Parts: sequence; structure tokens; C-alpha cells
Amino acid sequence: MSGRRLREPGLWLLFSAGGTLAALFLPALVMVLWVAPSVGWLTPPVHETLAAVAGGVLGRLFLTALIVLALYHWAHRFRYTLYDGLQLYHLNQLIAGLTYGVATVLSVAAAVVVWR
Amino acid sequence: MNPAYRRYHPKWYRARMPIFWWLRRVSYFRFIARELTSVFVAYAGVLLLVQVRSVAAGPEALARFTGWLQLPPVAALHVVVLLALLFHTITWLHLAPRAMVVRLGGRRVPDVAVLLGHYGAWLAASALVVWVVVR
Amino acid sequence: MPETVTLEVRRYRPEEETEPTWQRYQVPFRREWMVLDALNHIKDHQDGTLSFRWSCRMGVCGSCGMMVNGDPRLTCATYLETLLPGPVRVEPLRGFPVIRDLVGDLTDFLTKLKRVQPWIVRQTEGPPAQGEYRQTPDQLAAYRPYAMCINCMLCYSACPIYELEPSFLGPAVIALAQRYNLDSRDQGREARMEVLSEHDGIWACTFVGECSAVCPKHVDPAGAIQRYKLEAVVAWAKGLVLPRSGT
Repeated sequence: MSGRRLREPGLWLLFSAGGTLAALFLPALVMVLWVAPSVGWLTPPVHETLAAVAGGVLGRLFLTALIVLALYHWAHRFRYTLYDGLQLYHLNQLIAGLTYGVATVLSVAAAVVVWR
Repeated sequence: MNPAYRRYHPKWYRARMPIFWWLRRVSYFRFIARELTSVFVAYAGVLLLVQVRSVAAGPEALARFTGWLQLPPVAALHVVVLLALLFHTITWLHLAPRAMVVRLGGRRVPDVAVLLGHYGAWLAASALVVWVVVR
Repeated sequence: MPETVTLEVRRYRPEEETEPTWQRYQVPFRREWMVLDALNHIKDHQDGTLSFRWSCRMGVCGSCGMMVNGDPRLTCATYLETLLPGPVRVEPLRGFPVIRDLVGDLTDFLTKLKRVQPWIVRQTEGPPAQGEYRQTPDQLAAYRPYAMCINCMLCYSACPIYELEPSFLGPAVIALAQRYNLDSRDQGREARMEVLSEHDGIWACTFVGECSAVCPKHVDPAGAIQRYKLEAVVAWAKGLVLPRSGT
């Protein structure tokens, strides 16, 4: 198997997992953390609650998985959107490098911040 | 006939694909809009990370973050983000059943049932989030 | 009901012009006429030089696919009445090189189709005394939708990825590969996976879904491709964990 062929299924799996986690959890998170407190529907979450969630092992695992997979979901999908949408075939290597690169860098940052 | 010769026959007409091909049909435009929701997914992931960092930095940092969230343009942006993420969720939940054939006890589960199962999972996940954060 | 309908037909005569042109025809309107009937009327009574493919005129041969008002349609299955008041624009199927008028070159598709071995592949043959390979109705149902493909190429015209990257295998080819992969009598899954797992195989597909939307036989090639992606990922994961089972 060529290296290319080895990578594609793995990248698609990351994309799918990220898309599924994002689909299931992000709308509620965005509503409860950022929209509802800002338009007065909810009081902003208190520090204790958030610190407890972000400090527990389960919470940390969940946050890491969600953020990392969301980033790789974006990288894969955005890469193909640029590739097909703007017909940037000659920039394929560059776009792939940038998108997956940014996702990796931010994922490392996520792991550091969440597990500190 | 030599297929290779036919392929490079100089008189065949090959149409060029315009750069704005995705404006040509509503379904193509919807497809690109659907794909671009990934940008909002990434934004949500990154902002979530920023919020985790501010939580770790203490109540004052979190208060500053919450204050920033409440600025009108920021709140408006996040309403847009929420709408985009809802679009992502709904299109994703409708696409996912087409990728799987679920068999229970030897019989194929109808697509509608799989779709309802997906919506159920979304409801459960959202309920969990609300319970954890708004407790 | 109007007396006549106008057809705007894309003409391309390579010996006369370098770019396609439009030509208008007035065709009598009949309630029971399809677009194909209008084209045949033009060819029989008005302009014998108009070139197009057709055969069964009942939606099973897959020959008469063309763009009708921008949508890939089987012209033998598209009522003129649904396109009133007109004018009705008829063009060759998008995504394929145009040989002449409404005739496109489908060699690319046929070459790719052969590569996925669209026939029953057996590693071992049972003895003749055993009789035929039998299938339960459930086993038939597993692949039957994909067997309905009439190779009409409407899905290729609808697929923006195929238009952008002609090296993409394409919806019908992958659906037909799946028709045989899912056939309980077939043993060719491994052989086909080589071809399907290429970068221009299933992985070039971004699930636009237009192919399934235009398929006149409800084959759902988009679903076939996504299902195969899952299969390929499972096979890849198994290959990682149990390297012995990989190639």
C-alpha cells in the first residue's frame, strides 16, 4: 500500500469522528455557554461548575476529544472545499500541509491547556 | 480503433469548469455552505479551548471572558455560529444514515428508524451538556 | 395547451466550428411527447444533421441522457409538458468531451468500469454437481438497488467532483463495484479494493449527493460510496491491528 492510501482512511475517520462529536455536542454547548448567557436567557455559568467539569478526568478527556477532533474535522473538510470549490489543485500539498498543520499545532495546544 | 488516439482527438469540445461552479445550482451552493460549516466547528473548538484556559486562570479571567461574550457584536457573532452549527448538525444527521446499513436480528433497520436514532442521540447529548453546565 | 414548443439545442459541428452554438427549433406540442420525441421530430422533419443517442425510448438502455434546462435527464423520460412554456434547452451531458452536437464521449467511464471488474469474481468454483449458487431474498436485497444501474451517466453529469477532476472513478463505477462486492456469490472484494482505495477512488468523493438525486433508477450511488468508505476504514483499521491480514 502506498503511504497515500494508508493515510486517506485514517484522515476520513478523524473527519467523521470530529463531525459526529461536533454535531451531537456543539450546538448545546454554544447555546448554554455563549449565546444564552449573553442574551439574558441564562445566568452565566459560575466558575465552580466550569472548573469542576474542566478539572475532572472525564471532562478533560471529553474536551480533548471534542476540540482535537473538531479541528481535524475542519482541516479535512476545509482542505477539500478549497481544493474543489476554488479549484486550487496546484496548491494541494500546500493546503493539505497548512490545514492539517494548523490542526496539529492547535491540538497540541489543546492537550497542554486542558491537562495542565 | 486506438482509444489513446480518440482521447486526444483535437476536435472534441471540452467545456471549462467556471470558478463559480457552485453558484450554478442551488444544490451545489447548499453543498458548499454545508462544507463551510466546518470553519464554524473549528472556531467553536478553539473558543472552547480559550474558555478552558480562562477557567484554569481563575474566576477573574472567566469574568473577563464572560464580559467579552456579552458584547453585542460578539453575542451576534455567536448567534451566527450557533445557526451554522445547527446547519452542520442537521445535515450531518441526515447524511450519516446513508453511510450505514444497520441490521438488528437479521433484518435491515429502515432509514427512518436510523435517523430517529440519530436525533435521539443528539437530544441525549444536548441534555447531558445542559445538565452538566446549568446544574 | 400551446400549439408549438421552442427547443434550443446545443450544436457542435467540429468540421465547421471550434465552439458549440445554439440552434432554435419550433416543434409541435403533444401532451404525450417526451423531449426525445421532439428531438426525433426535428431529425425526421426539420434538420437531419442533428446528432444524438437514443435506443429503447423507455428508460432502460441509458442511451438518451442529456442536459434538459440544466438538469441531467433521460430525454425519453422527460415530458415536454412539464417544461412548458419553454424554450427547452437541450445540451449534451456535462462533464464529458463533446464529439458532435448532443453526443458525448463515454470512453473514460467504460475504461474505469472495466477496472473494477463488474462481474462475479470467484476464487474457487464449486463442482457442477453442486448446482447453481443460491441466494436468499435478503441476500438479493443487499445488492439489488445497485444492480439497477443502466449506465446512463446522469450521475457523472451531476457530480461536480467528476467535472472538476475527471480522474475521479465516479458514482456509477463505485456503485457497480459495490453491486458485486455485496453479492453473496462474489469473491472479488480484495481485488476491487485496490482500485477503489486509490486517491481518485472513493476518497475523492465529498458526498455532494447530487448523483443520487438525479439517478432515474434510484440506485443511490452516494450511499454506496459512503458505505464503502466505512468498509474501507474498517479494513484499514484491521490492517493496522492485524498486519498479517493486510496485503
